[in-house]
Amino acid sequence: MKLFRIRGGVHPQEHKQLSAHKAIEVMPMPELLRIPLQQHIGSPAVPVVRKGDSVLKGQLLAHAQGMISAPVHAPTSGRIIAIGKHIAPHPSGLPVRTITLKADGNDRWIDLPGPVDPFTLDANEISERVAAAGIVGMGGASFPSAVKLNLGKRFSLHTLVINGAECEPYLTCDDRLMREHATEILDGVRIMMRALGVAHCLFAIESNKAQAHEAISKAAGNHNGIRTVKVPVRYPMGSEKHLVQTLTGEETPARALTADIGVVVHNVATAFAVHEAVRFHLPLISRVVTVSGGAIKHPRNLRVAVGTPVRELLAHCGGFREEPARLLSGGPMMGQPIINTGIPVVKGSNAVLALTAAETATHPAMPCIRCGSCVKACPCGLVPVEISARTRHGDLQGAADLGLMDCISCGSCAYVCPSHLPLVQYFNYAKGELTARQRAEHKQKETKRLAEQRAERIAREKKAKREAMMRRRQAARKRTKSEKAGANV
Amino acid sequence: MSHTPLFSAPHAHQATSIRRTMWLVILALLPATVYGLYLFGWPALNLFVVTVASALLAEAFSLRLAGKAVKPFLFDGSALLTGWLLALTLPPWAPWWIGVVGALLAIVIGKQVFGGIGQNLFNPAMVARVALLISFPLEMTTFLTPLPMFSANAPSFVEGLAISFSQGINLDAVSSASLLGHVKTELGQGHLLPDVLTSVYDLKTLLSGNTPGSLGETSALLILVGGLLLLFLRIISWHIPLAMLGTLAMMATFFHWLDPAHYPDAVYHLFSGAAMLGAFFIATDLVTSPVTARGQLLFGAGCGLLVYIIRTWAAYPEGVAFAVLLMNATTPLIDHYLKPRIYGRRRDGSPLQHRNRLSEGGGT
Ligand code: SF4
Ligand code: SF4
Repeated sequence: MKLFRIRGGVHPQEHKQLSAHKAIEVMPMPELLRIPLQQHIGSPAVPVVRKGDSVLKGQLLAHAQGMISAPVHAPTSGRIIAIGKHIAPHPSGLPVRTITLKADGNDRWIDLPGPVDPFTLDANEISERVAAAGIVGMGGASFPSAVKLNLGKRFSLHTLVINGAECEPYLTCDDRLMREHATEILDGVRIMMRALGVAHCLFAIESNKAQAHEAISKAAGNHNGIRTVKVPVRYPMGSEKHLVQTLTGEETPARALTADIGVVVHNVATAFAVHEAVRFHLPLISRVVTVSGGAIKHPRNLRVAVGTPVRELLAHCGGFREEPARLLSGGPMMGQPIINTGIPVVKGSNAVLALTAAETATHPAMPCIRCGSCVKACPCGLVPVEISARTRHGDLQGAADLGLMDCISCGSCAYVCPSHLPLVQYFNYAKGELTARQRAEHKQKETKRLAEQRAERIAREKKAKREAMMRRRQAARKRTKSEKAGANV
Repeated sequence: MSHTPLFSAPHAHQATSIRRTMWLVILALLPATVYGLYLFGWPALNLFVVTVASALLAEAFSLRLAGKAVKPFLFDGSALLTGWLLALTLPPWAPWWIGVVGALLAIVIGKQVFGGIGQNLFNPAMVARVALLISFPLEMTTFLTPLPMFSANAPSFVEGLAISFSQGINLDAVSSASLLGHVKTELGQGHLLPDVLTSVYDLKTLLSGNTPGSLGETSALLILVGGLLLLFLRIISWHIPLAMLGTLAMMATFFHWLDPAHYPDAVYHLFSGAAMLGAFFIATDLVTSPVTARGQLLFGAGCGLLVYIIRTWAAYPEGVAFAVLLMNATTPLIDHYLKPRIYGRRRDGSPLQHRNRLSEGGGT
């Protein structure tokens, strides 16, 4: 198949060999699970259980709230011992409302309805089931999947793209899932095609995963409509818009969705979860996590219950070989530092990495030498050197004019910068600041509008009162006049 | 929301640093440098050492004065490279103080006054070279036929010291004009090119560099090798060298075709003077050239055009330094106007058209 070139991008060292050969292993259930109510983009879920309740595995713990949200379910049977704030892998780094579940060790399921044939269901029924199972994008973005499956109502779609690129270094969870569960994934893919009403699917796998490619091709068999595509190894190939461009040659308009060009992208792990949810009514309560990095004693791919503290994963992998320089949730290019190993695995956690100083290769920042490497590396056509200069001078509007809001924070620019400037840090700060400012501005306008409205209303009321008074006075005057006149008669 | 994580992504980094970049450039310059030092012997080595040492001292002094940490900046290799490049563009037997003054001009006026590494608008080595040329025209245009080290007529170590550090040595005996200078003078006197060239011009000599000229500029071939190494290592991209040499060659070919008796051909222009060194090592200076590919093409083409114009119609036989400085001045403008197209947008910044919406709804 003809592929299209994307601009920029980098080739970080892959390090996948650390864990790629390790089959997925089910991690033992921990005693205590911390289940955040917000593991997705959108509104947090609302608890339907109370402290002290006993729950069964798969039971609903909190329901979705609003248009964009997802419910959460009990990963095992046990007792709710607390509902309160707890640290969570959230980009803000702030604690999130969390349900704490003490496992009873029986791992007893609630009664599940019998399996159904998904191909007797219509699009709405499928997306309802996906929503009810609490499925979110498992590639890291954590956007509620059902919302994405409903896009067919607003856009005319033609293709489903399955993202098996897994372009972040170290990560092998999707690779393993494709190798070991190709049939299930393909079933999920067909269910999603049905929900979206599309006849074509492009299943994209980076060419460094030959075995996964083979497994998926075999499982896809001669189901026409599904095509497995080897895409070149290059970061950020897994970025939705760039993957779609590689496959179709079409560019998604700025500030729009890939659906705008007729394509919806889902991750392989999401496809697997859809298969389980729609066919067997299983909610999303566990996921595959890669535990790797040079500082980990035994790198592995683990199937982990949502809510398992990171600490337990590390212990299960033999602990540290040496003190890590960085402990991360997610890949090295876009992952978040883990400050406390008490944070739980959530639906979007694809990896826990412990990197050595040699692996991170960080140096103190030096002044920018205007080498242009960042310009060459940026997959979005931005000029990071200029944007960072403006952010550092506090000229946020100037940075925005240069396209700051089109930056996908992929980190390619910072990765190649010979001066080791923390470019992404500048950009994330500036984006946050700009959004906050816009919000404040909006609020200010809103307040002003309300104040003006109020003043207007008061003025109107005063005027009305005055007029009423005048009328009354006039009437009274008339009355007295006529009375006088009457008296005179 | 003012929470900043301890470290920000990415948590991995390419094996690159300013120091690595600078040292690789120096490595690429090494063949031409060693050969130049061999060709012009002890006095050239003296000048080279003095220039580089002065550049480093000037850098350390300026850093101290500005209250910056001396160590990380002094050892980033940038001052070393500036001194090195400057030395390569000096007449090989110039007196020691030319090197010292030049290094001071380059580091203090050319770089530190602007705020140090990354801040300067103009290429420091070229600022120094032009300032020297204007202030000391005699010393800066006294070239000589190479007297390779240890060859029969070459000065000994002691004689070398005398040439570099004391006056009184009469260079008239050995001095000889550079090819560009010679041709310019002869053409100026009304001689025709075919007659002028037969005596001095020969491609093999130009390639080998065994010809009068600046310390490290004469061997176009070795410079080309170094330049290709930089391209291969992706320290520089092909845009500036190709645009500069291409434009120079095109201009030369065109005028040579018009009037072969007065305008030398492309080979002459490409392989003489500082054209090669300029295209691969001077115009490509990271700090002072544009950051985008299209900007670099324009910048390179401008350099090539100006070099040809200055060589052909201006008062100086060589124009690389002037050309690069003039184009340096346009870099901010080029960077402002020539930006890549942002993903998902047109060149004017408006988003590409939406096509598959069924009804108008919010984008996200
Ligand atoms: S890569 Fe770094 S040093 Fe080079 S231009 Fe970009 S910000 Fe400056
Ligand atoms: S982080 Fe932003 S600016 Fe840097 S390369 Fe990625 S998209 Fe471009």
